[in-house]
Amino acid sequence: MAQFSLPQNSKIDKAAGKHYPAPAGAKNVKTFQIYRYEPDTGKNPRIDRYDVDMDKCGPMVLDALIKIKNEIDSTLTFRRSCREGICGSCAMNIDGTNTLACIKGCDEIKGDAKIYPLPHMPVVKDLVPDMTHFYAQLASIEPWLKTDSPAPSRERLQSEEDRAKIDGLYECILCACCSTSCPSYWWNGDRYLGPAILLQAYRWLVDSRDEATGERLDALEDPFKLYRCHTIMNCSKTCPKGLNPAKAIGEIKKMMVERTV
Amino acid sequence: MSMRSPLGRARGLGSAKDGTHHFWVQRVSAVALVPLALWFVFSVARLSGGDFFMVRHWVHAPSVAVTLVLFIAAALYHSMLGVQVVIEDYVGSEGAKIASLLLNKFLHAIVAVSAIFAVLKVALGQ
Repeated sequence: MAQFSLPQNSKIDKAAGKHYPAPAGAKNVKTFQIYRYEPDTGKNPRIDRYDVDMDKCGPMVLDALIKIKNEIDSTLTFRRSCREGICGSCAMNIDGTNTLACIKGCDEIKGDAKIYPLPHMPVVKDLVPDMTHFYAQLASIEPWLKTDSPAPSRERLQSEEDRAKIDGLYECILCACCSTSCPSYWWNGDRYLGPAILLQAYRWLVDSRDEATGERLDALEDPFKLYRCHTIMNCSKTCPKGLNPAKAIGEIKKMMVERTV
Repeated sequence: MSMRSPLGRARGLGSAKDGTHHFWVQRVSAVALVPLALWFVFSVARLSGGDFFMVRHWVHAPSVAVTLVLFIAAALYHSMLGVQVVIEDYVGSEGAKIASLLLNKFLHAIVAVSAIFAVLKVALGQ
């Protein structure tokens, strides 16, 4: 449901933000403006400013966040794991774009680095969004191989050409950067599956080993689950892995038409 | 607070098994509108500066009247489909959504029938 007025306690309290200056003698200082919110306190979110000595910090935004948490303010909360762009945990909105903190260089950002959680998701704390519905939507498309034929005694064979069809799809790490950049997902995310989940759906639709293509299309054929995509393309623009969810959704729509006309 | 499981909420009421027809006819009407809209714009531009009788004479020609009716039908059908998408995108509450969808259909039907009637009245009149 489209909601244009902000929910209670979501406006940023500009006066409440704290400033943590850099240690004396720091020459190469970069300021990180970071969204801070703790729903349990009942207080509105604020923007804290951390001045980081970049001569004593790693090159990536995640390095700076870890340095802030370790050395400046241990209450700062964010998710991270692999620090090399493969787990998708540190997805957040950096410098106005959803991306992974671990593969975004601090030097790519001009001026202060502004860091917010993924847009339009409920916030658990600071930069940690609640991904429950997103993961439930992934489960709803049943992202696993489905067959009725008896299982072969060896591996299921696939030609090289058919295998190539899932290139650009299987690499998705489900960081949710694309879905949370999509206005249709913001307004109708309760029903619209969003680019990440639809790309996963297409990954199984186009897999030559899968035998449930028709069932999968049946489950997706819905004005809200699929057809809220209006090819806005924010998803493809923001994907930190360089994938193209908008194209995958277009291919699903083509399959839908193909079985009708 | 709902005690329903996240998967139950995500599945919701399931698939409507609908939407492809809407998607397809929106594109069909768009393709039809490419030549029709171009023809309409150029024709109206050529009529600029003309008087009432000149325009009436233009509409009187069977080929013009038929193309005009086709243009009106395609344009308003396409517009109805488009406005429906906007309503589905932005109107959240079920009551308001159904009321807007009905209003959308009725208004487009009224405008389409009135416009086509006007063309036919001129084309078939003396």
